[in-house]
Amino acid sequence: MYSQALNERVEGPRIVEDPEKLAAFQARIDAEERIEPNDWMPEAYRRTLIRQIGQHAHSEVVGMLPEGNWITRAPSLRRKAALLAKVQDEGGHGLYLYAAAETLGVSREELYEQLLAGKAKYSSIFNYPTLTWADIGCIGWLVDGAAIMNQIPLCRTSYGPYARAMIRICKEESFHQRQGYEIMLALCRGTAEQKAMAQDALNRWWWPSLMMFGPPDTESRHTAESMRWKIKRFTNDELRQKFVDATVPQGHYLGLTFPDPELRFDEATGHWRFGKIDWDEFRRVLAGHGPCNRERMAARRKAHEEGAWVREAALAHAAKRRARERAQKIAAE
Amino acid sequence: MTTIHLEETPHLTYVLRLADTALVNAHRLSEWCGHAPMLEEDLALVNIALDLLGQARLLYEHAAGLEGKGRTEDDLAYLRDAPQFKNLLIAELPRGDFAFTIVRQTLLSAFFHPFWQQAVGSTDRTLAGIAGKAEKEVAYHLRHAGAWLVRLGDGTEESRRRTVEALETLWPYTGELFEVDTVGEAMIEAGIAPDPATIRPVFEESVDRLLGEAGLERPVAGWMQTGGLRGVHTEHLGHMLAVMQHLQRAYPGAVW
Ligand SMILES: [Fe+2]
Ligand SMILES: [Fe+2]
Ligand SMILES: [Fe+2]
Repeated sequence: MYSQALNERVEGPRIVEDPEKLAAFQARIDAEERIEPNDWMPEAYRRTLIRQIGQHAHSEVVGMLPEGNWITRAPSLRRKAALLAKVQDEGGHGLYLYAAAETLGVSREELYEQLLAGKAKYSSIFNYPTLTWADIGCIGWLVDGAAIMNQIPLCRTSYGPYARAMIRICKEESFHQRQGYEIMLALCRGTAEQKAMAQDALNRWWWPSLMMFGPPDTESRHTAESMRWKIKRFTNDELRQKFVDATVPQGHYLGLTFPDPELRFDEATGHWRFGKIDWDEFRRVLAGHGPCNRERMAARRKAHEEGAWVREAALAHAAKRRARERAQKIAAE
Repeated sequence: MTTIHLEETPHLTYVLRLADTALVNAHRLSEWCGHAPMLEEDLALVNIALDLLGQARLLYEHAAGLEGKGRTEDDLAYLRDAPQFKNLLIAELPRGDFAFTIVRQTLLSAFFHPFWQQAVGSTDRTLAGIAGKAEKEVAYHLRHAGAWLVRLGDGTEESRRRTVEALETLWPYTGELFEVDTVGEAMIEAGIAPDPATIRPVFEESVDRLLGEAGLERPVAGWMQTGGLRGVHTEHLGHMLAVMQHLQRAYPGAVW
């Protein structure tokens, strides 16, 4: 899940909404109608969406960094092409999502400034390092896999532009997931060293992947409101369980062992039961103290700062060109 | 796997030069992924890199076929060392700033667009097929890089200064585009390769047009760099290959 911090309060003045409008809005939601940009919506709905879509967009963009780390070292030309295309897709997801957020009255620049200033969150998963090629397999298999689990219900989320962006994104994410699993399969069918590489990557990525779904429902303060507005359709724990149920058999098929001694199949419920998630680690990483938080933000800021002169040049050229065209038009008259 | 040595014929050498140039250029562009001045450029530079990588793969496959020893594209890309790489030097220079990348891509595209257009008529039908695809791709690369060249040249004091600097650094590497050695002669003779002499006027015309729009001047042609086609490179290629080939070299024979 790319919007883990959704359970925090949305800042802003408390707004008392017109109860009649609120009731009409809720009725539309209950009737499964899509809310469109020009429709009336409660301020809290708008703010929640801006934050969630913004976090999702930032996650796509920051997520380009850990995988981008292996583009120049991809072990075959076919893998290199696939990885380049995947990271490009993630950048494209960032673009669609910023565009969806803009329909709610916030600019991409504003959102991006919040990220660079450390005020906006992005998925904690991207604060972990990619140390070997197997990490690229694990990210596709687990991280894109977890993203899909979360995002498929978002294709039916109540806000139209977000739902439509998710439909397009989900298709690409499932492709990424299959590609990642295929990397893992090649490693697990390869040499002993390759298999060890795959196991080591699973050991490092498994728990952080489970944390992608956000805090447990017992600690999720705003889930109820998001569920009522059909921004969310499943709780964090429901989605996490779905992910574990889908993923564990895939890992076993690879011949890998999950780093969880308590993992076992519960015949009665048909679910895989897993051990306790280290929520201290989750909160620590989300608060900025993960292995790569500082590096990721430094890389984003560096690209932004080093690109400033390019963006200025583009604006200056556009202005000069308009001026020249105007002058030409006047001369012609 | 230890370094492989191909038994090169002029035809094989020629195709390797094209393949290596495309791969090395793609590698430099791919270094921008996640670090470009704006998200749109992350995507656009990767697009160009993907096209070039696709061309490189087709060309390596063709080269492997010409050698006829059952080698793969990956053998050719990952198991040859720097002196065996035959790419143009201009492609291997470090990515530099955005102006450097744009000027390089403009110059390379201004050459390769007419090059591939002519190569469509090659007597090497495989090469002609690759040319048909590459020609369309490079037309887009030239439009994209050219539009940026104009923006940067015309934009601000700083963007102009950086663009002029890049142009002056890169210009001495353009001589190699038109170099014809015995391999080149044999290929032109056989109708396999276009004669670069016929490409030069088209190249100069499009470069001059873009520089004119950008308010820049073509640097005076002076001494030109040379060596890439013979495997004599800059200091940079060895580092690039060390990174690129790392996994194939560290785990010989592994399948990924
Ligand atoms: Fe994505
Ligand atoms: Fe996503
Ligand atoms: Fe993805």
